[in-house]
Amino acid sequence: MGIDVNVVFQIAGLGIVVAMLHSVLKMVGKEDYANWVTLLGFIVALFIVISLLSDLFQKVKGVFLFQN
Amino acid sequence: MKGVSNIEILQIVGFGLIGTFLALILKEQKTSFAFLLTLVIGITIFLFLIDQIALVLRMLQHLAEEAHINLMYVETIMKIIGIAYIAEFGAQITKDAGQGAIAAKIELAGKILILVMALPILSIIIETVINLIPR
Repeated sequence: MGIDVNVVFQIAGLGIVVAMLHSVLKMVGKEDYANWVTLLGFIVALFIVISLLSDLFQKVKGVFLFQN
Repeated sequence: MKGVSNIEILQIVGFGLIGTFLALILKEQKTSFAFLLTLVIGITIFLFLIDQIALVLRMLQHLAEEAHINLMYVETIMKIIGIAYIAEFGAQITKDAGQGAIAAKIELAGKILILVMALPILSIIIETVINLIPR
């Protein structure tokens, strides 16, 4: 029943850390590494979101379509 | 009604505000992460709401069984509500990400699927009306 706030902070923290890493790596001069770090962080965040989304879809199926 | 009180709306509003601030901060750095954050907030609120909706739907289903209404109609209506729920969610999220065209297509798909769902009921109504006409 409760709301899961942790995921929001997880994703926000991940985003801030990735942005910092991106700028630091860019300053050092490793542009390609910076882009890879951004892509990897985005994929990790996407995994979290996709698992949540599948949870939502399963629940909608169970509630509305009588498949529980 | 277990565990539902006025405090829940405070939770939802606080959650939404926290998410909005975080998304505002994140938008300056990385727009894609801000979008994912918005998606997570939407999913969480919908996950919370679906428990409440399930209560209402169970009550409706119980009423329909008591009144001996054909369960097919109730089932169709619930499926239509489910389609509208999911289509609305997807369309809002896509519109928020700046893809208005995809959002419009999702809404169109939702409408057409609802129309297809309603076809059996529609045909039954038309048959009934035709049977009523004396010939």
